[in-house]
Amino acid sequence: MANEIIGGDVVLAADGTPLKASLNKAMRKNRIRALLLVTPLFLFIVFSFLIPIVEMTFRSVDNWQVGTLMPKTTTALAGWDGKALPDEPVFAALIQDLQAGAKAREIGKVGTRLNYEKSGLRGMITRSGKKSLKVKEGPYKEKILKMHKKWKDLETWTVIKRNTAPYTMGYYLNAVDMKYDKSGEIVMRDENRRIYGKLFLRTFAISMAITLICVMLAYPIAYLLATLPLRYSNLLMIFVLLPFWTSLLVRTTAWIVMLQSQGVLNDLFVFFGLVSDDNRLQLIYNLTGTIVAMTHILLPFMVLPLYSVMKTISPSYMCAALSLGANPMVAFIRVYMPQTLSGIVAGSILVFILSIGYYITPALVGGTDGTLISNQIAYHMQKSLNWGLAGALGALLLSSVLALYLIYNKIVGVDNMRFG
Amino acid sequence: MQKIIKNLVLSITGIAIAGMASSAQAVDLNVVSWGGAYTASQMNAYHKPYMKANPSVKLNSIDYSGGLAEMRAQTESGNVTWDLVDVVLSDAITGCDEGMFRPIKIDKEMAAGADGTPASKDFLEGTLLSECFIPQIIYSTTFAYRTDAFGGKKPTKMSDVFDLKNFPGKRALQKKPINNLEWALIADGVPLAKVYDVLDTDKGKDRAFAKLATIKDNVIWWTEGAVPPQLMADGEAVFGTGYNGRWFSAINEEKQPFSMLWDGQVLDIDGWAIPAKGKNVDAVMKFVKYATDTQRLADQAKYIPYGPARKSSIPMVSKHATLGIEMNPHMPTSYADQGFLTNFSWWADNADEMNERFAAWLLQ
Repeated sequence: MANEIIGGDVVLAADGTPLKASLNKAMRKNRIRALLLVTPLFLFIVFSFLIPIVEMTFRSVDNWQVGTLMPKTTTALAGWDGKALPDEPVFAALIQDLQAGAKAREIGKVGTRLNYEKSGLRGMITRSGKKSLKVKEGPYKEKILKMHKKWKDLETWTVIKRNTAPYTMGYYLNAVDMKYDKSGEIVMRDENRRIYGKLFLRTFAISMAITLICVMLAYPIAYLLATLPLRYSNLLMIFVLLPFWTSLLVRTTAWIVMLQSQGVLNDLFVFFGLVSDDNRLQLIYNLTGTIVAMTHILLPFMVLPLYSVMKTISPSYMCAALSLGANPMVAFIRVYMPQTLSGIVAGSILVFILSIGYYITPALVGGTDGTLISNQIAYHMQKSLNWGLAGALGALLLSSVLALYLIYNKIVGVDNMRFG
Repeated sequence: MQKIIKNLVLSITGIAIAGMASSAQAVDLNVVSWGGAYTASQMNAYHKPYMKANPSVKLNSIDYSGGLAEMRAQTESGNVTWDLVDVVLSDAITGCDEGMFRPIKIDKEMAAGADGTPASKDFLEGTLLSECFIPQIIYSTTFAYRTDAFGGKKPTKMSDVFDLKNFPGKRALQKKPINNLEWALIADGVPLAKVYDVLDTDKGKDRAFAKLATIKDNVIWWTEGAVPPQLMADGEAVFGTGYNGRWFSAINEEKQPFSMLWDGQVLDIDGWAIPAKGKNVDAVMKFVKYATDTQRLADQAKYIPYGPARKSSIPMVSKHATLGIEMNPHMPTSYADQGFLTNFSWWADNADEMNERFAAWLLQ
């Protein structure tokens, strides 16, 4: 292929095919090979990352329970005007759905779904399901109304009717502290049930604080690492990396030992007479604990990008600035720092995004004012089993991170980001 | 020489055939429980004797931290790998209503008491609240305190926990509304029998949160059961709530300076639930029948101070297997009159709302 020969108007390769075609063929082979090499990673990302995210997001609007498990009631309620309790045909449909659901042991799912909207409906559904098996003939309205007092409540029927729709906004409303009121209007939740708005704000504030502290702490360390002679800087580097190689739980527990009120730090304070013995500082199980532990854990993610950028900056720039008459401070701020901006940008994005999703450390050392939105997501995934709400909170978190990233990109420019 | 080889070949074939035959019958059962001392007590009382008597059954012990998240994920994906799960009653009720667990015909499928009483009569009253649940033990969540924390004073009742003046210091409470709200009302003077009537009203809820707020600044909230004894051992907290079995081992095995408060203890029931779509239902049923008979439940009490859920097992409770301590004075069931049973149906209806309100209250 390398030996080109001139044959007529087209350039031919050694085997007589036109050079262009033969080149394309070779390129295609390379491209397929490259594609095959990335296929495992691509599939891995699709199955372990993209599909779960899409699935969780779908759960945040999915509302299959009532429509699927109470199909007859759903149809019967379609024409209900919502002004008074429904009539006998709806109750006749309801009794069939309850009986079928109780026999199939599925009716509890409807109860669980409805209870998210209105407390007490879980018990109403499950108990009525059991009682419905004894009902043989109509009129059903009377019998069902006797099964549970909530059947007489008009709001119960409004909630059921609203949730016959296959998709719902309910979880998203819940995730921003709103709800449907009795008449179906969207309103803010009662003051004593608002949590997520505050938690979102707190999560962003804490993450920004941690990012800022990380920049301030990591900058001098990275500078030292980049400028010290190799044998010292290698030792320093090991100090930076050592905690990086230690398990997250071990580091968090170590901070508990350090910071608790009978811990090392407080003992030292008392020993030097800084605080009195019965007035020890509360440094953990609160916001302070979360910030200290998370800053420590995330610091290497700031040091490493900064270091790799600073390493590439030639010391001659500073020398030139100094010899041209700038004092060291001005030279540092106007010549050195702008060149490290790409490292700051990269490190900040890493630390900020990692801290927004943190939940183990805040759960262990955060107490009440140091927990983050991801703790609530984990709670709804593992304990309350309200996966729809967990999905909605997750989707909101993801989209707000993406929005912030876009703003950040507008201001700083992602092309300015460099990891080394 | 030839003979030796022939014998060798024959015996190897024999072993191989025998091995294949036994492996054809062998079952692996994945039994899920809480881990730690609790799983250890189950292994000693149920798993080991059962595997000895039935060499074809292998019981794999898996630890989890409660809740129905894994169970629901397995049921929804249709790939149920757990064969038997140790659950608290409230999870059994929810799981049963949602079709995750298999309903049991208790008299037909479970062993009668040692004296021949049918199972439904032999299990303690109030323990058979879900048809998918086979009770094992009664445990309690209760307060303990450091004996060296208050000079000569000794807390004796629930209101002492909320008394910061006479009993100052941090309290380690579980980070959830269940139990804490009930305790707040009891400390505020509500009689045990009236707690849920009061809690069912809006005023009662406000009252419980208001009482809890009086100690809010002095609370360290825990989420893992191992944490409160640790906090108290470190001197971080002077009161803590926890499971009575953990307090027992902290006091008697680790010799910590703690003492327990039985007043206002919350009794709860723990037992087995069988995943509805499990793959080895027959083998599991045999094991559960064995593991919940009179003798086995009494045996478990030798290793951990949780009260057996069968009437016929209670007289057989004797001494701890290694410590030699008489177990009856450490059983929550011996102090049942000082405590109360969680009202599961109230919490099933109100947990979503109360959890949210509790989280909002913590944020204030």
